[in-house]
This record gives sequence, structure tokens and C-alpha cells, in this order.
Amino acid sequence: MNFIPSDKKHLNDWKRIIIPDDNELHKIDHYISCGGYRALEKALEMKPEEIIEEVKKSNLRGRGGACFPTGLKWSFMPKNSDKPKYLCVNGDESEPGTFKDRQIFEHNPHLLIEGTIIACYAMGVTSAYIYIRGEYNKWIMMLQKAIDDAYTKGFIGENILGKDFSTQITIHRGAGAYICGEESSLMNSIEGKRGYPRVKPPFPAQSGLWGCPTTINNAETISNVPLIINNGWEWYSKIGASRHPGPILIGVSGNINNPGVFEMPTGRPLLEIINEWAGGATANKKIKAVIPGGSSTMILRGDQLEGVCMDSESLKSAGSSVGTAGIIVMDEDTDLIDVITRITKFYYHESCGQCTPCREGTNWMFRILKRFQNYEACSEDIDLLLDIANNIEGNTVCALGDAAAWPVQSIIRNFRDEFEKRTKASELKEAGN
Amino acid sequence: MLTEENIKKVEELKKRYPTKEALILPVLWMIQKQEGYISEESMKYVASLLNIPVGQILGVVTFYTMLKRKKTGKNHIEVCTNVSCMLRGSAKIMEHLEKRLGIKAGETSPDQKWTLSEAECMGSCGTAPMLAVGDEYYENLTIEKVDQLIEKLK
Repeated sequence: MNFIPSDKKHLNDWKRIIIPDDNELHKIDHYISCGGYRALEKALEMKPEEIIEEVKKSNLRGRGGACFPTGLKWSFMPKNSDKPKYLCVNGDESEPGTFKDRQIFEHNPHLLIEGTIIACYAMGVTSAYIYIRGEYNKWIMMLQKAIDDAYTKGFIGENILGKDFSTQITIHRGAGAYICGEESSLMNSIEGKRGYPRVKPPFPAQSGLWGCPTTINNAETISNVPLIINNGWEWYSKIGASRHPGPILIGVSGNINNPGVFEMPTGRPLLEIINEWAGGATANKKIKAVIPGGSSTMILRGDQLEGVCMDSESLKSAGSSVGTAGIIVMDEDTDLIDVITRITKFYYHESCGQCTPCREGTNWMFRILKRFQNYEACSEDIDLLLDIANNIEGNTVCALGDAAAWPVQSIIRNFRDEFEKRTKASELKEAGN
Repeated sequence: MLTEENIKKVEELKKRYPTKEALILPVLWMIQKQEGYISEESMKYVASLLNIPVGQILGVVTFYTMLKRKKTGKNHIEVCTNVSCMLRGSAKIMEHLEKRLGIKAGETSPDQKWTLSEAECMGSCGTAPMLAVGDEYYENLTIEKVDQLIEKLK
């Protein structure tokens, strides 16, 4: 895996802090000798509400796709509750184009563990579950080793660091369902049910795991917490884009010379990331299209990228979103109909089947797109596709429906000519027969 | 039947969850690791072990792609064909494997040595194209690397 930009000269300013340039950090003694678990010590001297305030002021926003302010989410947890409170750390990482959390499990697992314990203390949580996709068994074992070491050192368990605070951390292994990355189906999955999303409200902070107050945070989000505690909210809020600050792990894949995960401050220009960090499109080809934040985010045209930056606000005004920051680059030779057919097949396969618009609509869109692929589409099919996508969007219990609709809507909006060319070619083919 | 070691693990896990239902997925993983798949017999066993209706176990098994209800070949090769891998030639990798193993995606060879499947994104996009055999990832694939892997697994 590449972590180093292809052309380092311009990019030397940023010193990696989530995945530092250090191959030994997964060893607990080394992590401690580099200042690890000092944030935990510091946090346990603070009042829980002071930690929540610190995270709030830092402006840390979730790295799992929705960019929700983390401190605000934590403040929704009831202070006084008769029921136990839970934290779920979401490491399901199943969004196509996303491969960042895996780097944390492998290269800096104790940062994630330290963040998890601090979050537990801040919210009064006595049991945290780290949910990781089943395919990542190798990384589950790496993280489990780190957790075992942290138990041995007394950072997890009873009376942590001699204080009146105890919490446990358990890894829960998923089993190959994209939908379980959605927070409410993640909770159902932990409860031993089929991973169906729940209707909200009630929100997890009122009624989550086993009907108790629960917070769900992405693994990368949680890994930012020790940095904020160590260095203070002011320091953190000045990194990168002010409305979406901090270090961010950006995955770049597709037709690119130097694919990999790059850590940088938020708000770097998309073109700089593609051309300088990731070495530009393969064989110096022109870029036809870019998916900026994992396959659910709206696709952008190659000529729309100028001035667009990797932060929530900039991508929002460009008509897309930062999502899980998994950039997929497609060069001028890419057949976008193949791309959208494959993406739609994914959502069809992963729809849990609970809501009719998503269950039937993803299948229907996939069948129509197969017609485009096979040169059997007619001109009405373009608007039919849009009509189905528009009827899925906003009409389902969870965001998987939207995630299936947005790529279709945006690809037709930005590349309608490709679909029209294909329907004309289809008509010619039929006339030829 | 779970091994004695796994039974001990289940007892440990019971302390981590407030309900026995939460143990369904961890126990099913243990069964699959022991037996290679989850038979109807195993589902009944899990139901009696956790005192949960067998229908609920079946509901969980059928929901998750990774829980297998049938035996697969000795080597289960899963090729990612999602977008990032597709852009870097996963179709050629799949085509080569189909030719080399003499089976189509979704099939098991008659000698039970190979199962070939198309898989969704496995989080290896920066090292695409990729395939997985069990827990092991094989990344930055070329036709030559695939051939070497087949020789090794034979």
C-alpha cells in the first residue's frame, strides 16, 4: 500500500499523525514511548462534559460519510440514565473505493483504542463494540492483539489507571453485508438479528443497542479524539478547512499512477490530490470522471474539478459530497455505462430488501442498465432510469436507497450524451438486424 | 458441535453481551471455521446451545453473504469486480481464472478443489485488482501472479 505521495517535494509540510511514518506503532510499548495513552491520562483528569466540550469546539466531523459534528453527537447522550450506555465504533468499511480504516487497524490500532476509551469516559459508556467487516479477519486479529495488550496494561477493564472508571471493548465481526455499515443495522447485527435498518426516530442516543442510549462513530473519527485531547481544540480546529477541519485519510484508486491512502489536512484541492499525491492518471490520459467520496457520492466530470477541494463544504457546492473520501479516478477510455451498471449491481446485491423502492428499484435500474450495456436500450430508457432513481431517493428507511439513486442521477446529469449515443447505437443495431 | 476450546470462548463472550442472541453471529463464525460451512444440523445445534428458535438462526445465516450454507471447494477464490478493481482489469483476472480452473464464477470444480466467486469491494482498492482466498488477500494482481498462486494452492 502506498502512503507516500508520488512527488514528495511539494507535500513535505504535512507530518502524518493518524498513520505516522512508523512501522512499530502497533506495539504497545513503542506506542507508549511515543507519547501514546497520554491523552487517556489527561482525559481521565478532566470532567466528562469538558471532553465533550473540547471535541465540540474542535469542530471534528464524522469521517464515515455524513460529516456529522462528533461533539454534538456525543452531547445527545443522556447524562443520567438508568440504562447502560453503549458505544459502537464503525469499522465496517464497505463503501466501494474506501480502504482507510483498515490502515488504522494495521498501523496505529492503539490510537483507535485510546480514542475509544476516551469516548467511553466522556459519555459514561461501560461497554464499547468495534464492528469490523468479516472480510477483514486479518486486521481483526491485529486489532484484537492490540486490545489484549491494552487490557494487560490496564488501559481497558476495571478501574482504568486507578480511577473510578471501568469499560470493556469487544470486537464484533460482521459477515459480508454492506448494509451493516448503516448505524441502525449495525446495531441490529450486534444484537444477533438480520441487519435491517431501523426507522428513526428514535435516534440511537435515546434508543440504540438493546433499547439503551448508544453512540455510533466511525473508526477514523474516533482516532482523531486523542489528538484533540493532547493538543487542544484550538490546535485541531486550525488544521485544514475551518468548517471541516483535521487530518483526513484519503483513498485514491482507479486509473491512477500511485494509488493508495494519503493522510493530509482537509480542504486540499482535488486536482492536487489526483495529480501530485497520487501521481496523475495512468499513461498521462485525460480524466473523464471522478467519484470523490466512495461509490455512493455524485460523480463529477473531469472538467468540473478545478477549484474543488476535499472538504464537506467545497464538495457540497460542487454538487457532490466528501463521503468516505474514497476518490475513484476514471480516464478518457472508461466506459461509464459499464461503471454505473457495476455500481448499480452492487446496490441491488446489497439492498436488504426491507423497503420496496430500494428492493425493486435497484433491480429495475440494473436491468435497464444491462440493456444499455448490451446495446438494447431505447431513448425512453434514459428518463425511465431517472424516474426510478427519483422515486427511490428519500423514500426508504435508510440511506442505501439514496446511495443507489445518486450515482445514477448524477451520471445521467453529467454524461447524458453517452447514454444518448448508446441508445442511437442500439437503434442502429436493431435496424441492422 | 463446538470444540471444548470454543465452548470456553462462548462462556467468555457471554460476559460481553447482555443477551444470548448477540452470540449468534460469533458462534456461527466458530462453526464455519470448524466445519467450513453451516449445515442445517449445525443451525439446530446453535439453536439448542443458545436456547433460541432455529428459525432465528436460519434468518441470520441467510442474511449474510459470508456465512456459507454449502461446502465450498478446498480453495475458495473470490475475485473483486467492483469499480476500482474493474478499472484496473479485474475482468481479465476473472476470465483467466475461469479458463485456468475450467469453471465459471459461482461454480465449484468437480474434484472439490476450487470454488470461484465474484465478490463485492473488499477494501483493497489501492492495490487493485485483488482476490481473496479465505482470510488472505492477494493484491496488485497480474496474470503471472494469478498463475503462481494457482500453482501454490494446487
